[in-house]
Amino acid sequence: MRIELDFISVLAEWPMLMKGVAWTVGLTAVSTVLGLALGIGLAWSRVHGPLPLRAVAGSYVEAIRNTPFIVQLFFVYFGLPALGIRLSPELASIIAMVINLSAYATEIIRAGIEATPRGQIEAAMSLALKPGQIFTHVVLAPALQKVWPALVSQIIIVMLGSAVCGQISTEELSHAANLIQSRNFRAFEVFIIATLTYLMLAMALRRLLNWLGTRFLFGR
Amino acid sequence: MVDFSIWDIFRNLLLALRWTVVLSLIAFAGGGLVGLTLLFARLSPSKIVQSFALVYVQVFQGTPLLMQLFLAYFGMALIGIDTSPWLAASVGLTLYSSAFLTEIWRGCVAAIPKGQWEASQSLALSFFEQLRYIILPQAFKIAIPPTVGFLVQVIKGTALASVIGFIELTKAGTMITNATFKPFLVYSCVAVLYFALCFPVSYFAKQLERKVRRGQA
Repeated sequence: MRIELDFISVLAEWPMLMKGVAWTVGLTAVSTVLGLALGIGLAWSRVHGPLPLRAVAGSYVEAIRNTPFIVQLFFVYFGLPALGIRLSPELASIIAMVINLSAYATEIIRAGIEATPRGQIEAAMSLALKPGQIFTHVVLAPALQKVWPALVSQIIIVMLGSAVCGQISTEELSHAANLIQSRNFRAFEVFIIATLTYLMLAMALRRLLNWLGTRFLFGR
Repeated sequence: MVDFSIWDIFRNLLLALRWTVVLSLIAFAGGGLVGLTLLFARLSPSKIVQSFALVYVQVFQGTPLLMQLFLAYFGMALIGIDTSPWLAASVGLTLYSSAFLTEIWRGCVAAIPKGQWEASQSLALSFFEQLRYIILPQAFKIAIPPTVGFLVQVIKGTALASVIGFIELTKAGTMITNATFKPFLVYSCVAVLYFALCFPVSYFAKQLERKVRRGQA
Protein backbone atom coordinates (compact mmCIF):
# COMPACT_ATOMS: atom_id res chain seq x y z
CA MET A 1 0.00 0.00 0.00
CA ARG A 2 1.30 3.44 -0.90
CA ILE A 3 0.51 6.58 0.93
CA GLU A 4 0.53 9.69 -1.19
CA LEU A 5 0.82 12.98 0.59
CA ASP A 6 0.06 16.14 -1.27
CA PHE A 7 1.17 19.19 0.70
CA ILE A 8 1.38 21.42 -2.35
CA SER A 9 -2.36 21.64 -2.88
CA VAL A 10 -2.73 22.59 0.78
CA LEU A 11 -0.03 25.23 0.73
CA ALA A 12 -1.64 26.70 -2.36
CA GLU A 13 -4.41 27.84 -0.02
CA TRP A 14 -1.97 29.89 2.04
CA PRO A 15 -4.06 33.09 2.06
CA MET A 16 -6.77 31.24 4.00
CA LEU A 17 -4.24 29.80 6.40
CA MET A 18 -2.71 33.21 7.01
CA LYS A 19 -6.13 34.69 7.67
CA GLY A 20 -6.74 31.89 10.18
CA VAL A 21 -3.42 32.61 11.88
CA ALA A 22 -4.33 36.30 12.08
CA TRP A 23 -7.63 35.45 13.76
CA THR A 24 -5.99 33.05 16.21
CA VAL A 25 -3.39 35.66 17.14
CA GLY A 26 -6.01 38.39 17.41
CA LEU A 27 -8.36 36.34 19.60
CA THR A 28 -5.44 35.37 21.82
CA ALA A 29 -4.16 38.94 22.17
CA VAL A 30 -7.53 40.41 23.11
CA SER A 31 -8.47 37.65 25.52
CA THR A 32 -5.02 37.71 27.15
CA VAL A 33 -5.31 41.40 28.02
CA LEU A 34 -8.91 41.17 29.21
CA GLY A 35 -8.42 37.79 30.91
CA LEU A 36 -5.40 38.94 32.90
CA ALA A 37 -7.17 42.15 33.94
CA LEU A 38 -10.19 40.19 35.13
CA GLY A 39 -7.88 37.65 36.77
CA ILE A 40 -6.12 40.38 38.76
CA GLY A 41 -9.46 41.76 39.90
CA LEU A 42 -10.69 38.34 40.94
CA ALA A 43 -7.43 37.52 42.70
CA TRP A 44 -7.78 40.72 44.70
CA SER A 45 -11.37 39.75 45.55
CA ARG A 46 -10.28 36.31 46.68
CA VAL A 47 -7.60 37.63 49.03
CA HIS A 48 -8.73 41.09 50.16
CA GLY A 49 -12.36 41.37 49.10
CA PRO A 50 -15.35 41.36 51.46
CA LEU A 51 -16.55 37.90 52.43
CA PRO A 52 -19.48 37.55 49.95
CA LEU A 53 -17.23 38.69 47.08
CA ARG A 54 -14.61 36.17 48.14
CA ALA A 55 -17.17 33.39 47.99
CA VAL A 56 -18.42 34.52 44.57
CA ALA A 57 -14.89 34.70 43.15
CA GLY A 58 -14.07 31.30 44.63
CA SER A 59 -17.14 29.62 43.14
CA TYR A 60 -16.49 31.26 39.78
CA VAL A 61 -12.95 29.89 39.69
CA GLU A 62 -14.05 26.38 40.67
CA ALA A 63 -16.97 26.36 38.23
CA ILE A 64 -14.80 27.37 35.28
CA ARG A 65 -11.84 25.19 36.16
CA ASN A 66 -13.99 22.08 36.47
CA THR A 67 -15.86 22.33 33.16
CA PRO A 68 -14.45 21.91 29.64
CA PHE A 69 -13.75 24.97 27.50
CA ILE A 70 -15.91 23.67 24.65
CA VAL A 71 -18.94 23.50 26.96
CA GLN A 72 -18.28 27.06 28.15
CA LEU A 73 -18.06 28.14 24.52
CA PHE A 74 -21.29 26.37 23.53
CA PHE A 75 -23.01 27.79 26.57
CA VAL A 76 -22.05 31.34 25.61
CA TYR A 77 -22.81 30.94 21.91
CA PHE A 78 -25.85 28.64 21.89
CA GLY A 79 -27.18 29.03 25.43
CA LEU A 80 -27.17 32.79 25.98
CA PRO A 81 -29.40 33.66 22.99
CA ALA A 82 -32.20 31.95 24.92
CA LEU A 83 -31.85 34.80 27.42
CA GLY A 84 -31.98 37.33 24.61
CA ILE A 85 -28.21 37.83 24.36
CA ARG A 86 -27.19 37.29 20.74
CA LEU A 87 -23.48 37.19 20.04
CA SER A 88 -21.40 36.91 16.90
CA PRO A 89 -19.13 33.83 16.85
CA GLU A 90 -16.06 36.02 17.28
CA LEU A 91 -17.46 37.85 20.29
CA ALA A 92 -18.67 34.60 21.85
CA SER A 93 -15.18 33.11 21.37
CA ILE A 94 -13.52 36.09 23.03
CA ILE A 95 -15.96 36.01 25.96
CA ALA A 96 -15.42 32.28 26.49
CA MET A 97 -11.63 32.65 26.27
CA VAL A 98 -11.61 35.59 28.68
CA ILE A 99 -13.77 33.68 31.17
CA ASN A 100 -11.57 30.62 30.88
CA LEU A 101 -8.23 32.43 31.19
CA SER A 102 -9.40 34.66 34.03
CA ALA A 103 -10.33 31.69 36.22
CA TYR A 104 -6.91 30.06 35.86
CA ALA A 105 -5.10 33.41 36.09
CA THR A 106 -6.92 34.15 39.34
CA GLU A 107 -5.49 31.07 41.03
CA ILE A 108 -2.00 31.71 39.66
CA ILE A 109 -1.95 35.39 40.66
CA ARG A 110 -3.46 34.62 44.05
CA ALA A 111 -0.55 32.28 44.76
CA GLY A 112 1.82 35.15 43.93
CA ILE A 113 -0.08 37.60 46.13
CA GLU A 114 -0.10 35.24 49.08
CA ALA A 115 3.66 34.75 48.74
CA THR A 116 4.28 38.41 49.54
CA PRO A 117 6.35 38.63 52.73
CA ARG A 118 4.42 40.24 55.59
CA GLY A 119 7.29 42.65 56.28
CA GLN A 120 6.90 44.23 52.83
CA ILE A 121 3.33 45.21 53.58
CA GLU A 122 4.21 46.47 57.06
CA ALA A 123 7.03 48.54 55.61
CA ALA A 124 4.66 50.02 53.04
CA MET A 125 2.10 50.79 55.77
CA SER A 126 4.74 52.52 57.87
CA LEU A 127 5.47 54.70 54.84
CA ALA A 128 1.80 55.77 54.97
CA LEU A 129 0.86 54.28 51.61
CA LYS A 130 -2.86 53.84 51.02
CA PRO A 131 -4.22 50.25 50.78
CA GLY A 132 -4.75 50.69 47.04
CA GLN A 133 -1.19 51.86 46.57
CA ILE A 134 0.14 49.02 48.69
CA PHE A 135 -1.73 46.48 46.58
CA THR A 136 -0.62 47.77 43.18
CA HIS A 137 2.96 48.77 43.98
CA VAL A 138 4.07 46.50 46.80
CA VAL A 139 1.97 43.35 46.43
CA LEU A 140 0.83 43.01 42.83
CA ALA A 141 3.96 43.96 40.86
CA PRO A 142 6.31 41.45 42.55
CA ALA A 143 3.51 38.87 42.60
CA LEU A 144 3.09 39.09 38.83
CA GLN A 145 6.82 38.88 38.36
CA LYS A 146 6.97 35.73 40.48
CA VAL A 147 4.15 33.92 38.66
CA TRP A 148 4.83 35.25 35.14
CA PRO A 149 6.19 31.91 33.81
CA ALA A 150 3.03 30.13 34.99
CA LEU A 151 0.85 32.82 33.41
CA VAL A 152 2.75 32.51 30.14
CA SER A 153 2.07 28.75 30.09
CA GLN A 154 -1.61 29.37 30.79
CA ILE A 155 -1.88 31.95 28.01
CA ILE A 156 -0.37 29.42 25.61
CA ILE A 157 -2.88 26.79 26.74
CA VAL A 158 -5.69 29.26 26.03
CA MET A 159 -4.20 30.03 22.60
CA LEU A 160 -4.13 26.31 21.78
CA GLY A 161 -7.64 25.96 23.19
CA SER A 162 -8.87 28.59 20.75
CA ALA A 163 -8.74 25.87 18.08
CA VAL A 164 -12.12 24.83 19.45
CA CYS A 165 -13.62 28.21 18.52
CA GLY A 166 -13.72 27.05 14.90
CA GLN A 167 -16.59 24.80 15.96
CA ILE A 168 -18.88 27.84 16.24
CA SER A 169 -17.56 29.13 12.89
CA THR A 170 -15.06 31.65 14.19
CA GLU A 171 -12.65 31.86 11.28
CA GLU A 172 -9.46 31.02 13.16
CA LEU A 173 -6.75 28.60 12.11
CA SER A 174 -8.53 25.29 12.74
CA HIS A 175 -11.63 26.59 10.97
CA ALA A 176 -9.49 27.54 7.97
CA ALA A 177 -7.98 24.04 8.03
CA ASN A 178 -11.46 22.50 8.06
CA LEU A 179 -12.53 24.67 5.16
CA ILE A 180 -9.48 23.75 3.09
CA GLN A 181 -9.92 20.04 3.68
CA SER A 182 -13.55 20.27 2.61
CA ARG A 183 -12.34 21.77 -0.66
CA ASN A 184 -9.48 19.46 -1.60
CA PHE A 185 -10.11 16.41 0.65
CA ARG A 186 -6.48 16.45 1.83
CA ALA A 187 -7.54 16.23 5.48
CA PHE A 188 -4.37 14.71 6.93
CA GLU A 189 -2.02 17.10 5.14
CA VAL A 190 -4.09 20.14 6.10
CA PHE A 191 -4.16 19.20 9.77
CA ILE A 192 -0.43 18.42 9.79
CA ILE A 193 0.28 21.90 8.48
CA ALA A 194 -2.21 23.51 10.88
CA THR A 195 -0.72 21.56 13.81
CA LEU A 196 2.82 22.61 12.92
CA THR A 197 1.62 26.21 12.61
CA TYR A 198 0.14 25.99 16.11
CA LEU A 199 3.43 24.57 17.37
CA MET A 200 5.35 27.49 15.88
CA LEU A 201 2.81 29.96 17.24
CA ALA A 202 3.15 28.44 20.71
CA MET A 203 6.95 28.67 20.64
CA ALA A 204 6.87 32.22 19.28
CA LEU A 205 4.28 33.28 21.85
CA ARG A 206 6.37 31.89 24.71
CA ARG A 207 9.43 33.82 23.52
CA LEU A 208 7.41 36.99 23.00
CA LEU A 209 5.75 36.87 26.41
CA ASN A 210 8.99 36.06 28.23
CA TRP A 211 10.62 38.97 26.45
CA LEU A 212 7.70 41.28 27.18
CA GLY A 213 7.78 40.23 30.82
CA THR A 214 11.42 41.05 31.39
CA ARG A 215 11.51 44.07 29.09
CA PHE A 216 8.37 45.96 30.05
CA LEU A 217 6.62 44.50 33.07
CA PHE A 218 9.54 43.97 35.39
CA GLY A 219 12.41 45.68 33.63
CA ARG A 220 14.66 47.43 36.03
CA MET B 1 -42.68 16.49 17.91
CA VAL B 2 -41.83 14.55 21.02
CA ASP B 3 -41.88 16.48 24.24
CA PHE B 4 -38.83 16.24 26.43
CA SER B 5 -39.21 16.80 30.12
CA ILE B 6 -36.25 18.04 32.14
CA TRP B 7 -35.90 14.56 33.54
CA ASP B 8 -35.71 13.10 30.01
CA ILE B 9 -32.92 15.49 29.15
CA PHE B 10 -31.04 14.81 32.35
CA ARG B 11 -31.45 11.04 32.07
CA ASN B 12 -30.12 10.97 28.53
CA LEU B 13 -27.17 13.12 29.53
CA LEU B 14 -26.47 10.81 32.45
CA LEU B 15 -26.41 7.86 30.06
CA ALA B 16 -23.91 9.69 27.87
CA LEU B 17 -21.82 10.53 30.92
CA ARG B 18 -20.85 6.85 31.05
CA TRP B 19 -18.89 7.21 27.84
CA THR B 20 -17.13 10.29 29.11
CA VAL B 21 -16.05 8.29 32.14
CA VAL B 22 -14.99 5.23 30.12
CA LEU B 23 -13.03 7.30 27.61
CA SER B 24 -11.33 9.23 30.42
CA LEU B 25 -10.27 6.00 32.08
CA ILE B 26 -8.94 4.54 28.82
CA ALA B 27 -6.98 7.70 28.09
CA PHE B 28 -5.69 7.95 31.65
CA ALA B 29 -4.58 4.31 31.84
CA GLY B 30 -3.14 4.30 28.31
CA GLY B 31 -1.47 7.64 28.90
CA GLY B 32 0.01 6.30 32.11
CA LEU B 33 1.57 3.32 30.34
CA VAL B 34 2.96 5.32 27.42
CA GLY B 35 3.96 8.08 29.82
CA LEU B 36 5.94 5.69 31.99
CA THR B 37 7.80 4.37 28.94
CA LEU B 38 8.55 7.94 27.90
CA LEU B 39 9.68 8.75 31.42
CA PHE B 40 12.27 5.95 31.19
CA ALA B 41 13.33 7.37 27.81
CA ARG B 42 13.54 10.87 29.25
CA LEU B 43 15.77 9.70 32.12
CA SER B 44 17.86 7.30 30.07
CA PRO B 45 21.61 7.92 29.75
CA SER B 46 21.38 7.93 25.95
CA LYS B 47 21.17 11.47 24.55
CA ILE B 48 19.24 10.39 21.44
CA VAL B 49 16.55 8.56 23.41
CA GLN B 50 16.35 11.52 25.79
CA SER B 51 15.81 14.05 23.05
CA PHE B 52 13.18 11.88 21.39
CA ALA B 53 11.12 11.97 24.59
CA LEU B 54 11.77 15.70 24.96
CA VAL B 55 10.58 16.49 21.43
CA TYR B 56 7.53 14.21 21.85
CA VAL B 57 6.48 16.05 25.00
CA GLN B 58 7.04 19.48 23.49
CA VAL B 59 5.11 18.67 20.33
CA PHE B 60 2.10 17.33 22.22
CA GLN B 61 2.14 20.14 24.75
CA GLY B 62 2.58 22.77 22.06
CA THR B 63 -0.30 21.77 19.78
CA PRO B 64 -4.07 21.82 20.32
CA LEU B 65 -5.67 18.58 21.46
CA LEU B 66 -8.33 19.14 18.81
CA MET B 67 -5.68 18.98 16.06
CA GLN B 68 -4.20 15.83 17.62
CA LEU B 69 -7.62 14.20 17.53
CA PHE B 70 -8.15 15.19 13.89
CA LEU B 71 -4.71 13.83 12.99
CA ALA B 72 -5.40 10.56 14.81
CA TYR B 73 -8.72 10.28 13.03
CA PHE B 74 -7.55 11.07 9.51
CA GLY B 75 -4.03 9.69 9.95
CA MET B 76 -5.18 6.21 10.91
CA ALA B 77 -7.59 6.19 8.01
CA LEU B 78 -4.70 7.11 5.74
CA ILE B 79 -2.58 4.12 6.73
CA GLY B 80 -5.53 1.84 6.13
CA ILE B 81 -6.88 1.32 9.63
CA ASP B 82 -10.65 1.32 9.74
CA THR B 83 -11.07 4.17 12.21
CA SER B 84 -14.02 4.60 14.47
CA PRO B 85 -14.46 7.66 16.68
CA TRP B 86 -13.81 5.28 19.61
CA LEU B 87 -10.39 4.26 18.35
CA ALA B 88 -9.35 7.73 17.20
CA ALA B 89 -10.44 9.36 20.45
CA SER B 90 -8.70 6.70 22.58
CA VAL B 91 -5.45 6.94 20.63
CA GLY B 92 -5.50 10.73 20.46
CA LEU B 93 -6.24 11.23 24.14
CA THR B 94 -3.76 8.52 25.17
CA LEU B 95 -0.91 10.23 23.32
CA TYR B 96 -1.97 13.62 24.68
CA SER B 97 -2.14 12.38 28.29
CA SER B 98 1.16 10.53 28.02
CA ALA B 99 3.02 13.73 27.14
CA PHE B 100 1.65 15.60 30.13
CA LEU B 101 2.10 12.70 32.55
CA THR B 102 5.71 12.27 31.41
CA GLU B 103 6.40 15.91 32.14
CA ILE B 104 4.66 15.78 35.53
CA TRP B 105 6.55 12.65 36.57
CA ARG B 106 9.87 13.97 35.27
CA GLY B 107 9.38 16.93 37.59
CA CYS B 108 8.80 14.57 40.50
CA VAL B 109 11.92 12.56 39.67
CA ALA B 110 13.90 15.79 39.40
CA ALA B 111 12.79 16.61 42.95
CA ILE B 112 14.65 13.55 44.27
CA PRO B 113 18.05 14.66 45.62
CA LYS B 114 20.98 13.87 43.35
CA GLY B 115 22.67 12.02 46.21
CA GLN B 116 20.09 9.25 45.87
CA TRP B 117 21.18 8.61 42.28
CA GLU B 118 24.85 8.70 43.25
CA ALA B 119 24.33 6.41 46.21
CA SER B 120 22.47 3.86 44.11
CA GLN B 121 25.14 4.08 41.42
CA SER B 122 27.84 3.43 43.98
CA LEU B 123 25.92 0.29 44.96
CA ALA B 124 26.50 -0.91 41.38
CA LEU B 125 22.81 -0.99 40.52
CA SER B 126 21.98 -0.88 36.85
CA PHE B 127 19.99 2.05 35.42
CA PHE B 128 16.69 0.19 35.67
CA GLU B 129 17.47 -1.09 39.14
CA GLN B 130 18.25 2.45 40.28
CA LEU B 131 14.90 3.63 38.98
CA ARG B 132 12.97 0.62 40.20
CA TYR B 133 14.31 0.37 43.75
CA ILE B 134 15.59 3.82 44.68
CA ILE B 135 14.21 6.67 42.62
CA LEU B 136 10.68 5.76 41.55
CA PRO B 137 9.41 4.64 44.98
CA GLN B 138 10.38 8.05 46.36
CA ALA B 139 9.10 9.98 43.34
CA PHE B 140 5.84 8.01 43.42
CA LYS B 141 4.78 9.61 46.71
CA ILE B 142 5.03 13.17 45.49
CA ALA B 143 3.68 12.26 42.06
CA ILE B 144 0.23 11.18 43.22
CA PRO B 145 -1.42 14.59 43.81
CA PRO B 146 -0.47 16.18 40.45
CA THR B 147 -1.34 12.93 38.65
CA VAL B 148 -4.82 12.89 40.18
CA GLY B 149 -5.11 16.58 39.34
CA PHE B 150 -4.28 15.81 35.73
CA LEU B 151 -7.19 13.38 35.58
CA VAL B 152 -9.43 16.45 35.61
CA GLN B 153 -7.66 17.71 32.47
CA VAL B 154 -8.24 14.33 30.82
CA ILE B 155 -11.95 14.35 31.67
CA LYS B 156 -12.28 17.85 30.24
CA GLY B 157 -10.22 16.78 27.24
CA THR B 158 -12.70 14.03 26.37
CA ALA B 159 -15.22 16.79 25.61
CA LEU B 160 -13.26 17.46 22.42
CA ALA B 161 -13.86 13.89 21.25
CA SER B 162 -17.39 15.09 20.50
CA VAL B 163 -15.96 16.99 17.54
CA ILE B 164 -14.81 13.80 15.80
CA GLY B 165 -18.21 12.21 16.37
CA PHE B 166 -17.65 10.33 19.62
CA ILE B 167 -20.95 10.37 21.48
CA GLU B 168 -20.15 11.44 25.02
CA LEU B 169 -21.60 14.10 27.28
CA THR B 170 -20.93 17.14 25.09
CA LYS B 171 -22.04 15.44 21.88
CA ALA B 172 -25.17 14.16 23.60
CA GLY B 173 -25.82 17.72 24.75
CA THR B 174 -25.56 19.00 21.18
CA MET B 175 -27.84 16.25 19.90
CA ILE B 176 -30.45 16.86 22.59
CA THR B 177 -30.29 20.59 21.91
CA ASN B 178 -31.04 19.95 18.26
CA ALA B 179 -34.06 17.89 19.24
CA THR B 180 -35.45 20.11 22.00
CA PHE B 181 -34.34 23.65 21.05
CA LYS B 182 -33.48 24.31 24.68
CA PRO B 183 -29.76 25.08 24.48
CA PHE B 184 -29.64 27.07 27.71
CA LEU B 185 -31.14 24.30 29.79
CA VAL B 186 -29.23 21.47 28.09
CA TYR B 187 -25.79 23.09 28.22
CA SER B 188 -26.41 24.08 31.84
CA CYS B 189 -27.09 20.43 32.64
CA VAL B 190 -23.99 19.37 30.69
CA ALA B 191 -21.85 21.85 32.62
CA VAL B 192 -23.33 20.72 35.93
CA LEU B 193 -22.56 17.09 35.11
CA TYR B 194 -18.96 17.87 34.17
CA PHE B 195 -18.63 19.84 37.38
CA ALA B 196 -20.08 16.96 39.39
CA LEU B 197 -17.49 14.67 37.83
CA CYS B 198 -14.45 16.96 37.98
CA PHE B 199 -14.88 18.87 41.23
CA PRO B 200 -14.57 15.84 43.56
CA VAL B 201 -11.44 14.78 41.69
CA SER B 202 -9.78 18.20 41.93
CA TYR B 203 -10.84 18.50 45.58
CA PHE B 204 -9.32 15.08 46.30
CA ALA B 205 -6.11 16.11 44.51
CA LYS B 206 -5.91 19.26 46.63
CA GLN B 207 -6.35 17.22 49.83
CA LEU B 208 -3.61 14.81 48.75
CA GLU B 209 -1.29 17.69 48.02
CA ARG B 210 -1.88 19.14 51.45
CA LYS B 211 -1.11 15.76 52.97
CA VAL B 212 2.15 15.39 51.04
CA ARG B 213 3.22 18.89 52.03
CA ARG B 214 2.45 18.22 55.67
CA GLY B 215 4.50 15.03 55.44
CA GLN B 216 7.50 16.98 54.22
CA ALA B 217 7.27 19.76 56.79
